[in-house]
Amino acid sequence: MYRETQIIAGSSHPSFAEVGQPGEFIINVGPQHPATHGVLHLVITLSGETIKKVEPHLGYIHRSIEKMCESLSYRQFIYVTSRMDYLSAHINNHACAMCVEKGLQVEIPPRAQVIRVLMDELTRIASHELWWGAMAMDLGAFTPFFHAFRERETINDIMEETCGARLTMNYMVPGGVMQDIHPDFQKRVKEFIQLYKRKVHEYDEMVTGNIIFQNRMKNVGVLSAEDAISYGCTGPTGRGSGVSCDIRKLYPYEIYSTLEFDEVLETGGDSFARYMVRIREMNQSIRIIEQLIDNIPEGEVLTKTKAVLKLPKGEFYTRVETARGELGVYIVSEGGTNPFRIKFRSPGFSNLSVLDHIARGSKIGDLVAMMGTLDLVIPDIDR
Amino acid sequence: MWSFSNISDNIHDWLSANFNATWTLIIEMVIAGTLVIGLFAMLGLILVIMERKVSAWMQIRLGPNRVGPKGMLQSMADTIKLMVKEGMTPNGADKIMFNLAPFVAMIVAMLLLAPIAFAENFQLWDLNIGVLYITAVSSIMVISILMAGWASNNKYSLLGAMRSGAQIVSYELSAGLSILAIIVLTGSLQVSEIIESQRNGWWLFKGHIPAIIAFVIFIIAVTAETNRAPFDLAEAESELTAGFHTEYSGMKFALFFLAEYVNVFIVCGLGATIFLGGWMPLHIGNWTGFNNAMDYIPSSLWFFGKTFFLIFVIMWFRWSFPRLRIDQLLNLEWKYLLPISMVNLLLVTLMAIMGWHF
Repeated sequence: MYRETQIIAGSSHPSFAEVGQPGEFIINVGPQHPATHGVLHLVITLSGETIKKVEPHLGYIHRSIEKMCESLSYRQFIYVTSRMDYLSAHINNHACAMCVEKGLQVEIPPRAQVIRVLMDELTRIASHELWWGAMAMDLGAFTPFFHAFRERETINDIMEETCGARLTMNYMVPGGVMQDIHPDFQKRVKEFIQLYKRKVHEYDEMVTGNIIFQNRMKNVGVLSAEDAISYGCTGPTGRGSGVSCDIRKLYPYEIYSTLEFDEVLETGGDSFARYMVRIREMNQSIRIIEQLIDNIPEGEVLTKTKAVLKLPKGEFYTRVETARGELGVYIVSEGGTNPFRIKFRSPGFSNLSVLDHIARGSKIGDLVAMMGTLDLVIPDIDR
Repeated sequence: MWSFSNISDNIHDWLSANFNATWTLIIEMVIAGTLVIGLFAMLGLILVIMERKVSAWMQIRLGPNRVGPKGMLQSMADTIKLMVKEGMTPNGADKIMFNLAPFVAMIVAMLLLAPIAFAENFQLWDLNIGVLYITAVSSIMVISILMAGWASNNKYSLLGAMRSGAQIVSYELSAGLSILAIIVLTGSLQVSEIIESQRNGWWLFKGHIPAIIAFVIFIIAVTAETNRAPFDLAEAESELTAGFHTEYSGMKFALFFLAEYVNVFIVCGLGATIFLGGWMPLHIGNWTGFNNAMDYIPSSLWFFGKTFFLIFVIMWFRWSFPRLRIDQLLNLEWKYLLPISMVNLLLVTLMAIMGWHF
C-alpha cells in the first residue's frame, strides 16, 4: 500500500528521496508517456540517470479477452483476437482458426493455406516496418517513422482490398479464409516487393549504419541465451540471443515445411542483435512471398463446415509465430458451442518480463531503446 | 549599393537636424529596442515555419498547408493559439522562479541580438569585445533552464534541467575554443573588425584545414549548446516527455520555444560572421572583376543567406540523427572535441605567428 500511495503522489510530491535508499528517486513512465506506445506503466527507481529497478504495472487496457471468448461461439471469438496484438491481427486469427480446425478435424483447401501464409508474412513485414519507425522515434530520430509508413501503407492498402479492413482484418475463419483474394492482389503484392527492394537500402543508410544509432544499441540491454530461455522470451527477442525458437521451423504449420527460408539468428543478445533479427526477418518474409505469389493454387478457399460449430470434448493447443514471438492458443472444450476455457500464451508478456533484468544499471535513454527492441504491444500483454 | 545602412543613416540625419544629441540618442534607442522585439517575434515565426517545412520535405509529406498561401501563416495561427491559452502554474511549483524562467530565456536571446551585424554598417552595438559578449551572455541561458527545471517541481523537468546544465557548460568550452581559433587570426574581438578582416576571403577558406576543423567543431558545439537534436537531451520527448518545459503551457512555453529558435539564429549568425564573413560578399584575393560583381548583391542578403544556410544544416541534423545518450554526449565533448579544439588552437596560433594563412 505504501508504494501505491507514493505512485499516486508521484510527481507533485515535494521530496524526491522519500522511498528506498537515500539518493534514489522513483519516476513513473506511463501510463501516458511518449515512449511506451500504449498504456504501459513502468515504475522506475533511479539513482541519478542510472536505473536501479524497473517495475511494470499492467492492467490499464485489460479487456478480459479470454473471458469474453468463453461466451462467444467458435466462429465469433476469432474476431476478438484481432484486438490483442493488433499489429499481427492476421496471425492471431490464424492461430485461433487453426486451433478450432484441429478440434473439428477439418482439412483446409490448398488455396486457403497459401493465402493464409501470404497474409501472415505481409502482416509480419507491416509489423516490423511499424516497429522500425517507432523504435527510431524512441531514439529521437523522427524521419524513419515516415519512411517506414510509406511501405506499410502499401501493405495496408493490399489488406484493405482483400479483407475490407486495414488493421483488424478478421479474414481467417475456421475452414479457410473468408473470401477469395482481390483480382489485383498478386499485382499489388509484386508492386510492393519492387517498392520494398528499391527502398530497403534507405533503412541501412538512415538508421542501421548510423554511428550514433550503433553506439546507442551495441552492448546495451544484453540478454544471455540462458536468461532468454528462463524468461520465456520468444520471437526476435529470443533469436537475438541465439535461441532457436522460430515456430515456423520447429513446429511447422500449414505449408511452412515446404517453403525455403532461414531462421534468423543473432548471437549478440544486445539491442543491436534484436534489431538486426527483425531487419533480416523482413527479407526472409519477402523471400517467402516471392515463392508463393506466382504459385497460388486454384480452387476453393473455404471448406464447408456446419453452421454451428461444436468442438468435441477435450483440450486443443496450437502455436504460431507472430511478429513478436510464439503465440499459443489453448482451448478446453466441454463439447458445447462455446469454449469452456481459453488461454492465450502471448509473446509480449514474457518479453516484457525480461525488461527489469536487462535494464538494471543502464541509463534512462537505454531503457527506451530496450523497450523499442523488445517490440512491446500493450494490448497483447494485457489482453 | 542599396543597404539597410542608408535607411538608418537617413533616420539618424533627420533626428540630428530636429533634436539635440541626447534626444536623438533616446529616440534611436527606443527605435532599436522596438526593432529587436519585432525581429525576435519575426524570427520565431519564420524559423518555426521553416523548420516545419524542412522536416516535411525530409519526411516525404507536405507540412502545414492550410493557413495562408502554402501554409506560411501557420505559425501566426499557432502564436494566437498559444496566446489565448491559459498559462498554468502547478501547485507545488516555486511560483516566482517558475514564472521568471521564460523571461530570462527571452531576455538572454534579445541581448544576444545586439552585436550581430545584419548588413554593412547596420549593427545595434559594435562593442570592442563583441564575440566575448556573445559567448558570455549566451551562458546565462543555462540558468533559465535550470530555474525552469527546478521550479517546476517535476522529476522529468529536474532530470532535463540537470542534463542541460551538464551539456551546455561542457559544450561552451569547445564552442569558445573554436571561435578563439579565428580570433587569433583576426587579432580582434570586435565584430566589425572580424568582418573587415575577411574582405579578401572568408576565414573558412583563408585559414586552411585548422579553420575548417574549427568550423565543424563550432557547428557541433552550438547544436549542443542550443539543445537541438541530436543533442536535445534536455527535452528528449521519448524519455522525459518534454524535459525542462514539461509543466509550461501557453505563452510561457512559447517564450522558451521562441528563445530556442532565436538562439539558433544567433549562433548561426555568429558562425556566419566569424567563419563565412558575415555580410561580406564572397571575395577571392585580388580578382577585382569577380569581387565587384559579388558586391552588387546587397550585404543583408549575404548575411541572411549564410545564416539561414547554417540554420538549414542544423535542422538537417535534427531530422536525420537519433539522440545521443547522456554519457556518450559528455564523452564526445571531453574526450574528442575539447582535445581536438585545443590542439587546433595551437596549430592556428603557430599559423598566425608564421603568417602561413592568406
